[in-house]
Amino acid sequence: MPTVSMTVNGKSVSGEVEARTLLVQFIRENLGLTGTHVGCDTSQCGACVVHVDGKSMKSCSLLAVQADGAEVTTIEGLANGEELHPMQEAFRNNHGLQCGFCTPGMVMSAVDLANNNKNPSEEEIREWLEGNICRCTGYHNIVKSIKEGAANM
Amino acid sequence: MYDFNYHKPGSLADAASAIAGAEDGKLVAGGMTLIPTMKQRLAAPSDVVDLGGIGDLVGITVGGGTVTIGAMTTHGAVAASADVKGAIPALAELADNIGDPQVRNRGTIGGSIANNDPAADYPAALVALGATVVTNKRELSAEDFFTGLFDTALDEDEIISSIKFPVPEKAAYVKFANPASRYAMVGVFVAKGSDGVRVAVTGAGDDGVFRVTEMESALAGNFSPDAVSGISVSPDGLNSDIHASAEYRAHLISVMAKRAVAAAG
Repeated sequence: MPTVSMTVNGKSVSGEVEARTLLVQFIRENLGLTGTHVGCDTSQCGACVVHVDGKSMKSCSLLAVQADGAEVTTIEGLANGEELHPMQEAFRNNHGLQCGFCTPGMVMSAVDLANNNKNPSEEEIREWLEGNICRCTGYHNIVKSIKEGAANM
Repeated sequence: MYDFNYHKPGSLADAASAIAGAEDGKLVAGGMTLIPTMKQRLAAPSDVVDLGGIGDLVGITVGGGTVTIGAMTTHGAVAASADVKGAIPALAELADNIGDPQVRNRGTIGGSIANNDPAADYPAALVALGATVVTNKRELSAEDFFTGLFDTALDEDEIISSIKFPVPEKAAYVKFANPASRYAMVGVFVAKGSDGVRVAVTGAGDDGVFRVTEMESALAGNFSPDAVSGISVSPDGLNSDIHASAEYRAHLISVMAKRAVAAAG
């Protein structure tokens, strides 16, 4: 079986995986980081979004072996100890989640947007969320959260 | 997904021998189509050859009136490239409207054209701009490259290395996106270059991308939206599915073409 090594949330990790192991499986099952969710498993909903080498990607559509050598950040890697990341804090302030299932992916997508655009418009945020689906349909507060989170990053 | 042998070669030559030596091998670029397809067990290759380790395949260069884009360059990189925005803004805009941000961060131009999905955006750009597809074996014109539904002129062990786009005088791409998938129900790329005007349509043809020569001749004499507004396209040979009938798609071609000409200015 192939061996993969990568940096996840700043720590070096490695493991033996079948070639067909998805990055999200490696993160959840091998590393026990279950903050990254699997929603649709067909690369549409975005619950599984993580950052790979600084860019948001759907970890259900990436093989673990393809991320060999990469720097991966998951939702668990955002907070600084007890202190929430500004984007997480903004989701809390603005009631940016209802059931919370899509939230890890929403936050990871939002951080990628904000890294390149400190002051996104509502339209830009809504366009950016094309690949993130909230089944509670709570988009309004998600958009508000991202606007505030981006400004505070 | 069924398991497979995974290869990550560091050069184009090694990738070509890995794919040639595999029983039923598949090349993976960004994997935005192949991996979901394998998850559905609609594809079950014995070997997967990952092109992600070949640095030479990534990058954008502009020079001598040509934009050259490496096959493993992501849609996101094309969309964000100041060079592409400067030389062929329509191409950057097209890339910026493929799928969603996460797909654009992973999906590549080479992977997209090798897959030749009839609703993909890039085929229209390649055909309208008169692009050349460079492989490890030869150079092919875009029109020779796209041979049909999910089909290209590529040999089993042939790998795209880059795509060369001549810089047009003006160009624009307008698509009517499926509201759920963002794939083009109809996308029209119009380009005016040194060898005339070309109009290429994606999303509509049951055989993939095609040119509308009647619109091209009309635009050659008068490059204005009015020149194409009266030209209707026959629904024969267009796709009919749950999203749109062939007649509706035929109608959309004229509307999108008109908008593309207006956008090209």
